[in-house]
Amino acid sequence: MEVSSKVIHAIYTDDDVLMAAVKKVRAERYHIEEIYTPFPVHGLDKAMGLAPTRLAITAFIYGCIGLAVASAMMHFIMIEDWPQNIGGKPSFSYIENMPAFVPIMFELTVFFAAHLMVITFYLRSRIWPFKEAENPDVRTTDDHFLMEITAGNNVDEQFDMLRNTGAVEVTLIDKAH
Amino acid sequence: MYTISNRLKTFSIILIVLGVLGVAYGFMTSHKSLDEVKTMLAHGDGHETAADTHVVAGAENHAETSTEGASHEAKAEADHGSHDDEHAAHVQEQLAKRPWSAMYVAAFFFMMIALGVLAFYAINVAAQSGWSPLLNRVMEGITAYLLPGAIIVVAIAVGSHYIGHHNEIFIWMNPEVVAEDKLIQNKSGYLNITWFVVRAIIFIAGWAGYRHFARKFSIAQDTAEPGDKKNFIKSFRIAAAFLVFFIYTESIMSWDWIMSVDPHWFSTLFGWYVLAGMLVSGVTVIAMVTVFLKSLGHLPLVNDSHIHDLAKYMFGFSVLWTYLWFSQFMLIWYANIPEEVTYFITRIEDYNLPFFGMLVLNFVFPLLLLMNSDFKRIPWFVMMCGVLILVGHYIDIFVMIMPATAGDQWFIGIPEIGSILLFGGLFLLVVFSSLAKAPLTVKNNPFIKESEHFHY
Repeated sequence: MEVSSKVIHAIYTDDDVLMAAVKKVRAERYHIEEIYTPFPVHGLDKAMGLAPTRLAITAFIYGCIGLAVASAMMHFIMIEDWPQNIGGKPSFSYIENMPAFVPIMFELTVFFAAHLMVITFYLRSRIWPFKEAENPDVRTTDDHFLMEITAGNNVDEQFDMLRNTGAVEVTLIDKAH
Repeated sequence: MYTISNRLKTFSIILIVLGVLGVAYGFMTSHKSLDEVKTMLAHGDGHETAADTHVVAGAENHAETSTEGASHEAKAEADHGSHDDEHAAHVQEQLAKRPWSAMYVAAFFFMMIALGVLAFYAINVAAQSGWSPLLNRVMEGITAYLLPGAIIVVAIAVGSHYIGHHNEIFIWMNPEVVAEDKLIQNKSGYLNITWFVVRAIIFIAGWAGYRHFARKFSIAQDTAEPGDKKNFIKSFRIAAAFLVFFIYTESIMSWDWIMSVDPHWFSTLFGWYVLAGMLVSGVTVIAMVTVFLKSLGHLPLVNDSHIHDLAKYMFGFSVLWTYLWFSQFMLIWYANIPEEVTYFITRIEDYNLPFFGMLVLNFVFPLLLLMNSDFKRIPWFVMMCGVLILVGHYIDIFVMIMPATAGDQWFIGIPEIGSILLFGGLFLLVVFSSLAKAPLTVKNNPFIKESEHFHY
């Protein structure tokens, strides 16, 4: 159990070098625990072999909820609770007045999809306001990229391999203490 | 290098021949004497005689309008004889206009595809987009139809006035109508045949001129020395200039060639609305031709991501089209001003199924089918959605033109389908012959490497 609490931090200064390194490390069958980058690196999730996001599916569901809420809301407000004369056509029928509600339906679809998606993303990523930052090196918020790998039995070999991929700094970190 | 196969050539020629037969049938059956029209109306089966037995679409609507026609007729009879004659004469004109309008709708539809592709091509060249150069030859090939297509559109528009009697698509071309119409008289400084033709010549010359030089520079760049970007820069410059010319002429063209069929009515965003339909149809055809050529083993470097991008544009432009359609509809519906709202009343009453059906085809289907990212990378799926979008946009043009000409005497029957086959066959023949004239992959384009490695 002593070994498993140890990780290796490899720092890169370029996203292209990082991408190549990720492919190399994965090809050598080492386990990448996490990568900290100052900005989203295009294609990194695929290179790391992460499962595709399901956020899009939730966004669709949220959009549908927004559409339903808007329809129900406009029906209650404009037709049922206080019937309105819309555009000089007082039919008091939802379907006949529907064109007037389309902008609201659209806005609430977008509103629900966007806000709930952001909240879902935060929950899924386990981040919330005032949470202490998890990134191990402050330089990853500026211009450095950090790859965290589980340390194996032969740490020296791993060090060499990481340096060969272009890492500018390689350190062994014991997470246990 | 692609060569047009004999099969495709024969297929297009068969389409053209069938189309000509259909159109000829349409013309032969469309001219009815006043008595024939009266008997037809008295039987209340205006559609039965006017339309063919080939039921394609609008079966429900068909029954509805027939009974409406009958009740209308009953009322007319209760009135007096002269009104009856007037009504019959009006229906007679509508019947005579139907084959002309059917040809016009189909001709415009295919011209619009080529024009939309030309605009899309120019946008990509002017934006120096990195993903698209592999598709440049496909786009150039499709735009080859623009010159013949646009000339045909204008020829039909003007021909419908000079050939035959009282069957012009544009009623402002008819001096008898103008003489009794104050509103058209006020517009006749703009809406007159000479000016119409002059404007059409300017549009067509500008578009075809850009197309000619864009193609020329694109081919010249193929054989340029490595590092020589002269032709690329030239094509960039003319693309930018063309886009400025295009956005004005496209808008004016949409007033001239479509909106003026209802000369009393106008909409200020009509140009945008037509543009959106044009772009989505154009991008759809680019995707379909690309998938087709790729299935034959051409365009080996075009990958999933290119198809994905085209499908994204199909999705996006479909939504843009809907946005503009709705913007136009809602304002007019809401304000409910009589002279504006008649446009939609005619369409909702007489064209209910195509009018709302096209919303499903052009909005609901693309939205739901093309929403999923993975589906946009499946060629046959994109092809199927493309068919739906093209049918939807044909109906869109149909519903723009027909109510003003054929009125409630419409149907999608032999004249309409014949016209689609005729111009569809011509379109395929022109486009694929043009595709066969140059290598399908551009060379020495500074962005070709980026396009080859394009990866989403």
